Amino acid sequence: MVETTPLGVDGEVPEAEAGPSFVTRLFGIPALGPFVALILVGAFFALKSDRFLTGGNLSLVLQQTIEVGTLAIGQTLVILTAGIDLSNGAVMSFGSIVMTKLAVDSGMSPIPAIALGLLACVAFGVLNGALVTGIRLPAFIVTLGTLNIAFALTHIYSGEATISGLPGEMTFLGDTFKIGGTAVTYGTVVMLALYVVAWFVLTQAPVGRHVYALGNNPEAVRLAGVHIRRLLVGVYATAGLIYGIAALLLVARTQVGDPASGQTDNLDSITAVVLGGTSLFGGRGSVIGTLIGALIVSCIRNGLTLLGVDSIYQVLITGILVIVAVAVDQLTRRGTR
Amino acid sequence: MAHRLPSSRRSRLVIAPIVGAALLVAALAAGSSAASRTTPSHVSSAKAQVIVGLITKTDTNPFFVKMKQGAQKSAQQLGAKLLTAAGKFDGDNASQVTAIENMVTAGAKGILITPSDTKAIVPAIKKARAAGVVVIALDTATDPASAVDALFATNNYNAGLLIGKYAKAKFGSKTAKIATLDLSPARVTVDVARHNGFLAGFGNAKATASAKGFVKDSRIVCSQDAAGDQAKGQTAMENCIQKSPDINLLYTINEPTALGAFTALKAAGKEKQVTIVSVDGGCTGVRGVKAGKIAATSQQYPLKMASLGVAAVVKFAKTGAKPHGYTDTGVTLITGKPVRDVPSKNVAFGLANCWG
Repeated sequence: MVETTPLGVDGEVPEAEAGPSFVTRLFGIPALGPFVALILVGAFFALKSDRFLTGGNLSLVLQQTIEVGTLAIGQTLVILTAGIDLSNGAVMSFGSIVMTKLAVDSGMSPIPAIALGLLACVAFGVLNGALVTGIRLPAFIVTLGTLNIAFALTHIYSGEATISGLPGEMTFLGDTFKIGGTAVTYGTVVMLALYVVAWFVLTQAPVGRHVYALGNNPEAVRLAGVHIRRLLVGVYATAGLIYGIAALLLVARTQVGDPASGQTDNLDSITAVVLGGTSLFGGRGSVIGTLIGALIVSCIRNGLTLLGVDSIYQVLITGILVIVAVAVDQLTRRGTR
Repeated sequence: MAHRLPSSRRSRLVIAPIVGAALLVAALAAGSSAASRTTPSHVSSAKAQVIVGLITKTDTNPFFVKMKQGAQKSAQQLGAKLLTAAGKFDGDNASQVTAIENMVTAGAKGILITPSDTKAIVPAIKKARAAGVVVIALDTATDPASAVDALFATNNYNAGLLIGKYAKAKFGSKTAKIATLDLSPARVTVDVARHNGFLAGFGNAKATASAKGFVKDSRIVCSQDAAGDQAKGQTAMENCIQKSPDINLLYTINEPTALGAFTALKAAGKEKQVTIVSVDGGCTGVRGVKAGKIAATSQQYPLKMASLGVAAVVKFAKTGAKPHGYTDTGVTLITGKPVRDVPSKNVAFGLANCWG
């Protein structure tokens, strides 16, 4: 009867107490699989190139993870509730144009401009959440719509022009400080800090457990007395705020407001989430896994460039990895039932 | 059921990231000492083989495929190692920034780049140059042009001028109703230069090489943006035919646009009344000239841009002499029906030198 259980409907990991063998317990550790994969990828490139494991290069890989890595935090929150967010890259792009255009073209001082950029992203999050809960549209449809709306607004508002000459407050997060001779950007620290906060809230706070539960069994959550609509709108709004922070990090990293940015980030962030072992059916996964998933993609891109391998192979390998990662995940779960 | 995380799992959730973070810090620390160790070998290996980076807008456009071939061939001849990368789509600045960073880390002496976003790429180029890397723009100038060491590119104004002159010689005193299918509302330099060059060749005195934006011309009855894309070119032309059925001269930013427009004209039964001129010289485009769909096109030479670029980087690595300024890689008018006073080459020449 084990085989007939529909995949992902019950996304529960067997608890360690139920299957006490070492292997079973090992697979119970969230993000272990992705972590091993990251180590393998890292070891491979370290063997092949003497430049890969340098401090400067590792710092660079982290920097290059900032955009998709930060968006993927919001994506993880949404996916844990059994939703999906196709709009995140476009919303980030819109936020980055709002903050840079207000500061450069409208002469607003940088801090309020950044605040309004963040607010624009939160507004999109609230809109997504309200449509998903209010009219009960599928998240896929809602965010497909807001993806196009945010994309269009970005291009209309920017007039298709790249905005440069940004004030120092906006690019500050792109500046670096030294850890033992390695230059690290402040933006990298912000991203890692966001991961720590998200991990803490998701695993240690009651609201985090509600988010997981929502993806598993919304009816049970409702019966437990949790206001589901408020929780969902909160999740999408928080995701929006994280996209806004991603916008600020992107602007700091590239030092321009670029209306063409973020176009493939929605799928790239979903890739990071999936590689990190989070179930697309919701309720199961970890945000730390997502960070590792994002890092795997960055390492492959960076490592292959160092080896002189054409960039299109990075896309090819990522595609294969996604399928392998999910397949291995599903097989081990079936095996441990 | 709402309690999904039994305490034993939670404790492991705590452990995993801590172990991860510890490893990361250890790696960073070990890495920084490794960095100082590898510096001498970096210098010696650079002497052994010069590393050249090539970053194109996309992987798929035949123009860039040809560019890559040119760079590969030249790198092979000169004993250099070529690294290549590309954006995922035209306008993908983030991927190009990432590629520059990775190539600098890989020890590239010089980077050749066709910037997807002429302004947005500038800070990344600045960083690379500050690290001692020579950066050469191919095909497209950066904004400002001084952001790179040198530019190897087609003179797009001249490319437009040639087809404008050709059309003028063909039309003589006949009244022209012009449609233009341009690139995009961003009005990047190549878009403006080809458009204005064409108008200048067709006798518009205001359309100088230094004019900002599109110059006005009362003979233009329809202008659309088609993103250099065949399907969009077809749609745009269909709309132009609806607006002005008496169009008799069509300028397009590139040949895919021209071929899309031809499909629309043919469907409307107007393909005989309209003279199409274009820019690029891709093999599909030249075959379009051969088939009589396109009257004339200005052919450019991506292979030459790339091979000159690789040679310049190798020269810099060996002698320390940096390339500088603008090098025109030339254009040739390709047509099956030559006109007096405008020098051109035939389709056979065009096919022998085309790309794609």
